[in-house]
Amino acid sequence: MTQRCDIAVVGGGMNGLTASLALARAGFSVTMIEREAPGATLTDGFDGRVSSIAWGSRLVLDGLGAWQAMGAHAQPILEIRVSDRDAPLFLHYDHRGIGDHPLGYILENRFIRRALDAAVASQPGITVLAPASVTAMDHDATGEDLTLDDGRVLRCSLVVACDGFRSGVREMAGIGHRTIAYGQTGIVCTVEHEHDHRGIAHERFLPAGPFAILPLPGNRSSLVWTEKDAIARRVLELEPEAFLEEIAWRLGDFLGDLRVAGPVWRYPLTLVLAHRVIAPRLVLVGDAAHRIHPIAGQGYNLGIRDIAVLAEVLGDSRRLGLDPGDAVALEDHARRRRIDTLSLVAVTDGLNRLFSNAIPPVALARDLGLGAVERIPPLKRLFMRHAMGTVGRLPWLMRPQG
Amino acid sequence: MTKQAEPTETAARPGSIDAREIAGFAAVADQWWDASGPFRPLHRLNPVRLGYIRDALTGHFGLTSQDRPLEGLAIADIGCGGGLICEPLARLGATVTGIDAAPEALAVACAHAEGAGLAIEYLESTAEAVAASGRRFDAVMALEIVEHVADRTAFVADCCRLVKPGGSLVMSTLNRTPRAFALAIVGAEYLLRWVPRGSHRWRKFVRPAELARDLRLGGARTTDISGLAYDPLRDRWSRSRDVAVNYILHASLDGPEHS
Repeated sequence: MTQRCDIAVVGGGMNGLTASLALARAGFSVTMIEREAPGATLTDGFDGRVSSIAWGSRLVLDGLGAWQAMGAHAQPILEIRVSDRDAPLFLHYDHRGIGDHPLGYILENRFIRRALDAAVASQPGITVLAPASVTAMDHDATGEDLTLDDGRVLRCSLVVACDGFRSGVREMAGIGHRTIAYGQTGIVCTVEHEHDHRGIAHERFLPAGPFAILPLPGNRSSLVWTEKDAIARRVLELEPEAFLEEIAWRLGDFLGDLRVAGPVWRYPLTLVLAHRVIAPRLVLVGDAAHRIHPIAGQGYNLGIRDIAVLAEVLGDSRRLGLDPGDAVALEDHARRRRIDTLSLVAVTDGLNRLFSNAIPPVALARDLGLGAVERIPPLKRLFMRHAMGTVGRLPWLMRPQG
Repeated sequence: MTKQAEPTETAARPGSIDAREIAGFAAVADQWWDASGPFRPLHRLNPVRLGYIRDALTGHFGLTSQDRPLEGLAIADIGCGGGLICEPLARLGATVTGIDAAPEALAVACAHAEGAGLAIEYLESTAEAVAASGRRFDAVMALEIVEHVADRTAFVADCCRLVKPGGSLVMSTLNRTPRAFALAIVGAEYLLRWVPRGSHRWRKFVRPAELARDLRLGGARTTDISGLAYDPLRDRWSRSRDVAVNYILHASLDGPEHS
């Protein structure tokens, strides 16, 4: 039996849900194929990470009708303080420097997934197949056939791969990728603390890698602690008291007494970059195209920008009567995404290498660099806008409405 | 249609057939839909042409549907090739007839439309023969073709005859200017190798005033002429006021207003 749709979205994670919503709203019939059974990705235990939602991404999620349900769980970021251990020079982003809205938000992934899932469920034009996975792909001049694990065949005009940094679709399409293991592990946990965090996010560059304190609603913060793999393994074997002590001296005492709330998660950090993001009737989105270092909290934001541009390019070509898999539209998408992706890869990879290095001249140079940015307001505003995801030619989903 | 034994320009009658031109397109027919193949320039040009056609026709016929703006229109595409224009027009709601003298291109067009699930009529014929049969359409497209026909004035007259009273035509071609020679022939054919050498002959390029005169002789009034400009940095075509190289125009026939 062959089912038909305009666009098949492979993967039902944060990017897959967002892509399905955006493409259905652009007028396409969408089938989303998710490996896990319905609801399995929504449990508290599935994903313990948090994401930063830049201001531009919030506009997109708002436009897709998914922000309202998330907003209640979102902590606005009012300031970002970047520091290099005890160095006196540091970079300070204050939302008042650019307007009357926050720099962005911190959200726990489980709340993002639930809000997106609810929005997908109430969006006409989306069919969800789950649990299901793609076992074969085959395209001809007019479409792509996806064979699913239960033998069904799905005929579509375009495949949007949102199946993560180990993308099976990318592999089946024969698109190579480059992986750089940083030799670092991300240790993620939530802490409850005595004092108010006042909406301030801290990014500390410690010799082993960045240490981020991200404010959550209430007197809670998410810690993202980057550590060399070998040390991380030992840290994760520590007794709770000893673990808390390790955190406490890295964090300082400005938040008062601390308590680790919930489980401690570990994620190996790698840079994964696909050799190309399009192939005939295929486009890679989010981590399937590029998994970047989480140092700047830009992973999901980068995926949202992929999706906003894709939905705009495909929506434009749909209004001209063109096929959703039209190669010209895909080339336009890839061209518009290339610079943003490469600059973020370069910045996050570069920052991590620069700051994970304790050689004095390098340390001095980066302190001077941060200080120089701090002293030149236009440059700083540009950096802030970059952090907010509102630099360059914006897709319409990112432009303020009205 | 009679095939010409001697594929020379002067021997080519009836008006719209130039056998040497058709043989050239037949040789690459199976690559019509390969957007990185020999027809890549047409694929790149397609969005701007389709946008112009959509806007010209919805404006002329007073159509307002968002989803299927060309619903209810019968459109003929003369020199349709592999169907690069026919298929999008069908998706926009039009009832489309593709007409081409090259059977190889039509075979590709038929197979592609069937795969895409689109009902499009393809005729192996010429503007002259279809006009003689008495068929009439709300709108006729003649895109990137007048620079390839043997007798342009006769061809344009045949196109006009295919249009119902009150209907319209869209034509696009290359201007006969030194800049068009430099860009379309030296640039596109020889330097960039966008299109096969010998695809175009500059002598056959058409000045807008000449095309407007041919249309007037056919009874059509030219209502708009727009340039099509190429931005090499974004590899993208857009509408412009500069008609010195590529241009597209809309013309209408007098007659009862369409409802």
